[in-house]
Amino acid sequence: MEKIQNVYTDEKLFKKLLDDKNVTLEDTLENEMVINMGPQHPATHGVLRLVLRLDGETVIKVVPELGYLHRGYEKMAENMSFIEFIPHTDRLDYTATLCNNVAYVLAVEKLAGIEAPARAQWIRMIMGELARIAAHMIAIGTFAMDVGAVTMVMWTFRERERIQEIFDRICGARFTTSYTRIGGVAADIDGEALRMIKDFLDTFEPGLKDMDHLMLHNRIFIERLEGIGVLSREDAISLGVTGPNLRASGVAYDVRRAKPYLFYDQVDFNIPTYSEGDCLARYFLRGDEVRESVKILYQCLDKLPQGEVMANNPKNVLPGKTEVYSKMEELIHDFMLINQGINPPVGDVYFSAENPKGELGFYIVSNGSGQPWKMKIHSPSFCNLQAVTKICTGAMISDVVAIIGSLDPVMGEADK
Amino acid sequence: MEIKESIIEKLKNRFPESVVEISDFRNDLSITVKKESLLDLAKFLKDDSELLFVMCKDITAIDWATRKNRFSTIYNIYSFHLNINLRLKVNIDIDPAKVNSVVEIWPSAEWYERETFDMYGIVFENHPDLRRMYMPEGFQYHPLRKDFPVLGIPGSLPLPQKPE
Repeated sequence: MEKIQNVYTDEKLFKKLLDDKNVTLEDTLENEMVINMGPQHPATHGVLRLVLRLDGETVIKVVPELGYLHRGYEKMAENMSFIEFIPHTDRLDYTATLCNNVAYVLAVEKLAGIEAPARAQWIRMIMGELARIAAHMIAIGTFAMDVGAVTMVMWTFRERERIQEIFDRICGARFTTSYTRIGGVAADIDGEALRMIKDFLDTFEPGLKDMDHLMLHNRIFIERLEGIGVLSREDAISLGVTGPNLRASGVAYDVRRAKPYLFYDQVDFNIPTYSEGDCLARYFLRGDEVRESVKILYQCLDKLPQGEVMANNPKNVLPGKTEVYSKMEELIHDFMLINQGINPPVGDVYFSAENPKGELGFYIVSNGSGQPWKMKIHSPSFCNLQAVTKICTGAMISDVVAIIGSLDPVMGEADK
Repeated sequence: MEIKESIIEKLKNRFPESVVEISDFRNDLSITVKKESLLDLAKFLKDDSELLFVMCKDITAIDWATRKNRFSTIYNIYSFHLNINLRLKVNIDIDPAKVNSVVEIWPSAEWYERETFDMYGIVFENHPDLRRMYMPEGFQYHPLRKDFPVLGIPGSLPLPQKPE
């Protein structure tokens, strides 16, 4: 870079170069270059495609292109019953499947006016927070890997693996959990699973400290991220950014606090915020949120009551399998619910829950039949990605990777 | 409850002609407004010092298939000040399926409107960059319309040619 500038300032050198017939003086920095990043690119977290216009190394314009993972879930939802759609919510944000499960069933329960028993709701909170830790572990690990700290991803995935084992124990699946049901959860938590969660929490805190030591004493990592990709408070709000990215820009908006669902009003937790709005703040914020989740989980384990995990509401909630096989009435209800679905009243509701990526909302319009007339998924990754254009303009091309990593989009959700 | 009533009161005083319908189902407030007054009303909701609906969370549409006004566009907006979600609805006809863009008021609407255009074919006038969001360029249909089959239309997505 310096050498090229010298060519123009240093007259002697310039003349010498002009005389030299073998050298052509074409300033590459004066030329704009259009470069295509993705959709198959390891740093774009899936199939995100960015078309960049570069001036030298500076990004002049960014156009994100979405749709490479579009599966048409909104269309599919209109053609299946409410119960059938639960497994599809796993495939939205595939790093935090349980959060999606919980958000979806809560939306349907709001529409149909069903309330799950207290134990089921506490279990949902436990699972949601575990999923949040797992998702943030991926976010932190891959983000650090994107900017060159490859050790971190091993450490975070090690912790995440233990959460997946807990999911395996409780839900019977590591990823495609489909654990929640309308009116409750599929299976109760047993003592062994509770012990696993407790073990995990007790040993997780030292692990987090190790990670902090690894990253925060790393000058390269800090200087690579500090002041990069600043998203101001006003821009974050006007661009509809939610979740950790919004809180890193200084807005203390968390759906768990603003509109408490489940029993989030009965547990004590903080909403960490940072005012810087840069990549480093977004990194710190995820770490802080994980600690808050640990705090919530300890309280949930203390407060977990005994009782049923499915609501007793035969017209809307699936009966237990043993009853279906042994009792006529339950068999009829099961048949009707599977074939015709729950028939919520005519109307439309919007329900949103705080997911690891931001606010996941379901807008469901019902015409009284067993299938939704319309279902709109308000996906946080989609909204957060909209800020890419704003943040990346004027940044260096190597920072684009860091910025996308810090925004942490999941394309399964952004593309729906 | 009081907050909602004050919002309704305010809107009715300011725009007596524009508010068509108000519904409060499951504690979700939604207000149907006339298509012509959408922009004024949106500006008022955002700028009024007691309302401050500064964040547009979502824009989508509903295809009612058989109704006279076939589409409704839904604007889901949020006020940090009041901590309340509000839905604005605008009923529009299929011919022409056009409505004013709210990008100037809420910049986040840009992608939401593109998505709605892609899925329903509703044209948002004065939108800076109205392209398809998900479907490929040159795709002729709008998939979330009720007359589009779930299985898709054969031949609507050109596939790459088989190698010889």
